[in-house]
Order: sequence, then C-alpha cells, then structure tokens
Amino acid sequence: MIIEVRDLKKSFGPLPVLQGVTFSVEKGEAIAIIGVSGGGKSVLLKHLVGLITPDSGEVSIDGRNIAGLDERELMPVRRMFGMLFQSAALFDSMTVEENVAFVLSREHKSTPEEISQRVEYVLDLVGLGGTQKKMPAELSGGMRKRVGLARAVAYRPQIILYDEPTTGLDPIAADTIDQLIIRVVEKLKVTSIAVTHDMRSARRISRRILMLHEGRIYADQTPDELFQSKDPVVYRFVNGISDLKEKDAK
Amino acid sequence: MRTLATQYAREWFGGVGRGAILCRDIVSSLFRAKVKWNDVIYQMYFIGVKSQSVVAITGAFTGMVLCAQTAFQFHKVKMDTATLAVVSVGMGSELGPVLTGLMVAGRVGAAIAAELGTMRVTEQIDALRTLAANPIDYLVVPRFLATLLVMPLLTAESICLGILAAYVVAVFLLGINSTYLWYNMLHYTHMNDMLTGMIKTFIFGAIVAVVACDKGLNCPEGAEGVGRATTEAVVYSSITILVSNFFLTLLLQKMLP
Repeated sequence: MIIEVRDLKKSFGPLPVLQGVTFSVEKGEAIAIIGVSGGGKSVLLKHLVGLITPDSGEVSIDGRNIAGLDERELMPVRRMFGMLFQSAALFDSMTVEENVAFVLSREHKSTPEEISQRVEYVLDLVGLGGTQKKMPAELSGGMRKRVGLARAVAYRPQIILYDEPTTGLDPIAADTIDQLIIRVVEKLKVTSIAVTHDMRSARRISRRILMLHEGRIYADQTPDELFQSKDPVVYRFVNGISDLKEKDAK
Repeated sequence: MRTLATQYAREWFGGVGRGAILCRDIVSSLFRAKVKWNDVIYQMYFIGVKSQSVVAITGAFTGMVLCAQTAFQFHKVKMDTATLAVVSVGMGSELGPVLTGLMVAGRVGAAIAAELGTMRVTEQIDALRTLAANPIDYLVVPRFLATLLVMPLLTAESICLGILAAYVVAVFLLGINSTYLWYNMLHYTHMNDMLTGMIKTFIFGAIVAVVACDKGLNCPEGAEGVGRATTEAVVYSSITILVSNFFLTLLLQKMLP
C-alpha cells in the first residue's frame, strides 16, 4: 500500500468534517473521491500531503506515518507528490516555464538544458507546447489547469493528487483535463487520487470510487458498481437528485 | 463588553504567540536552510531602493520643521546656534529611526502582507509546500533579511537629509551662523546617539518584517481577508514600533549612557 489512512478525524472549531475516515490505495491505482460540496473531500486530500494536521488518526505514506511530522520532516514525503489545485495555484510572478521547472530548478540535480527539455516534454504532454514564456495571467482557466498538471508531473512524482480538476471549466475543457489525467496515469504509471463531484469525470479517470458521506467513507466500489448501486444515498448523489422536496413535504 | 474584551485579549495574545513562533522558524531556517541571496537582493531593491523617495522626503521635511521650531524657541534665550545640535540628536536617536520605521511599515509592510495574503488565498502557499519548498525559507527569510539590511541604510539616509535640510533652513532662511551651528552640532552629538538610532532601526525592521509576514501567511479567506491583513500589518507594526521605541529608549539610555 502506498497510502493508508486509518480512523482520520478532523474538526474545524465545533464543526466535525472528518469523523473516522479509513481507506488505502495501492501503488499505480487510480481512484476518485466523491461527495457533496463542503463534505471534506479537499480536507481529506490535503491531509494526504500534510497540508493539514489531523486531530487524530494515521496517514501513512509508503509505510511512514506523517501525522506528527513538522514542515521540514514533511519535505521529502511531499517530494513524492504532485498536486493539481482547484484554482491551479500557479505562481503569478513566474512564467509558465518557471512554474513548471520550479522543483527541478531548486534541486540543482539537472542541467538547464535538461530542465528545459523536461519542461518542453510535459508542456507537450498537456498540449501547451510553446507557451513557456507566457505569464499565468495570459492563460485561460483550462490552460492554467493544464499548466498546473504539467507542473505536478514535471519532477516525476509517484502520486498525483487532483483537487476538483474539472470544476469551473466548460465541458470541452473539462473533457481535455480528463483525457490528460488518463494519459498521465497511463504514460507515467503514477498513483492518482482525484477529488471531484463531477460524476462523469470520476467514472472516466478512476478504477475505484470512494464516496465520502457525513465524514466517513460511505462507499468503496468500482465505477460500474457505484453507478448501478440502489443504496439511496449513493443513488441520489450519482444521479444528482436533491432531497429538497422530501424536506418540504415534512 | 466582557466578551469583546476577552476576544481582543485572545486575538492579541494569539498574535504575539504566532509572531514568536514565526521568529523561531526564521532563526531555525537561517541555520538549517541555504539562504537564497538572489531573492534577498531582489527584496532589498524592492524594500530599500523603492522606499528611498518616501523616506528622503519624510527625513528632509522633519529636519526642516524641527529646525524651524527649535530655532524659534531657542531664539528667545539666545541659543540659536544650538539648533542643529538638537536636530542632529533628535533625528539620530529618535525621529530618524521611528519615522523611517513608520514609513517602511506603511509602504513595505502593506505590500508584503498583501502579496503573501494573496498567495495564501489563491492556494499558492499550499502549492509551494506541496512542491517541497518551505514558505519560511522561500518567502519569509528573504523579506526578513532584506528589511533588516536596508533599514539602517534608509535611516542613515533619512538622518543625513534631515540634518542637511535643517542646515539649509537655519543658514539660508533663518540667518544663523553656519560655523557655530556645525561646531555645536559636532560638540553635542555623540556616537552613542547615532548608535542608539541604528540599534532601534534594526529592531524596527525586524518588527515590520515579522508582523507583515505573519499577517500575510495567516490571512483570512477572500478579498476582504487580504484587505484586513494589509491594514492590520500596517497598524500593528506601527503601534509596535511606537511602543517598543519608548522601552528601547529607556533600555539603550542605560546601556549606552
């Protein structure tokens, strides 16, 4: 197991967000975590990379519990991860090339030519070859996410996390991102974890879907099993059926 | 009323605690991580070179008004020629460092808090952390070192321009004898007066950098959060400079009599 989460709990003030989340991910697996907005999906994802410290429970990455580690101890663990943020989170004072080459330039393990070739390769991979000198402000939302994806894979991480990769994009741009995620998983053989509430996207980019409901993993199934599930909570979510009418009737 | 007071006290102690932890992290980073001197030089340019005009104008006009007021009062007791000595000691030990600190807090403190705050709300700081870069090493230490290094230079510039402007006002506007002005200034201004000012400005630089970085890194979400962090960075660093100046004056008077 490359990732193991055991009885993870996290509250923000009086509000419990995660109430005992347990799951594991094998090396090379592609999974999606679904759930309602504000249900703790992004919080769970940030726990995996140590951006949030849990109240209790364990997060093991490659056999090492990262729950109590400080920022400096977490740095080698984080080097295993690439992350595509919901807003892409590109550094707006840097060019596309500087963003993508960020880790490689800081590590001083490659020559400038090697870094430049790697940047060109990953930008081609996401279909943005030739945009090296552009600033993030000159890019559209979809292009920014693609640059974010290029940055996440540039330094050959073992695990890639996607936080709402298709949110805020038009259907064509969302489809492009989905195709790129599939291409990255197939070509680079990385472990992939995507947090999304876009069911179409979840079905296409993952081999296993976890559903987060009321702070716990409610379902852990293949996409086909989940889409055929008769469980009322899963059925409602997958088919986008609100319970507002039932609440009004009561 | 009591709840409000408790809330303010909690916020104040929370801020002091965060500031102390940030100072510890900065010191730890200085010993454990390699300083990016290119970033420090860029920040020195932004903080130092770009602040020169505001610091120069503040220093010059403060020197001029201090000179005029002192000369008007001293004229009554026939001590006009001691005017520049008062300006020199006043600017060197108090007004130079304090006014430079306040100007830098307004210009640089606000810019640092806004920049880091925007980076925080747009997840750029989280992105830095996931890219295995420590925000303290990468963002805070260069700004801290740059502020610390440029503050004495800016203060020295402010003091020199203040004295020069005061000299021009005293000699060419008020007609005071320039020889006696210079003689008295050099006689009554001691090295310790200038040293006091330089020690203070070093500490004020640290205050501005730590408060601004803390406010930026802990900025609440949204545009309103960035605005609030920026305002608080300026207000809190200015107040801390003014309050600490009093205690530093007492302390340094004992240490450097």
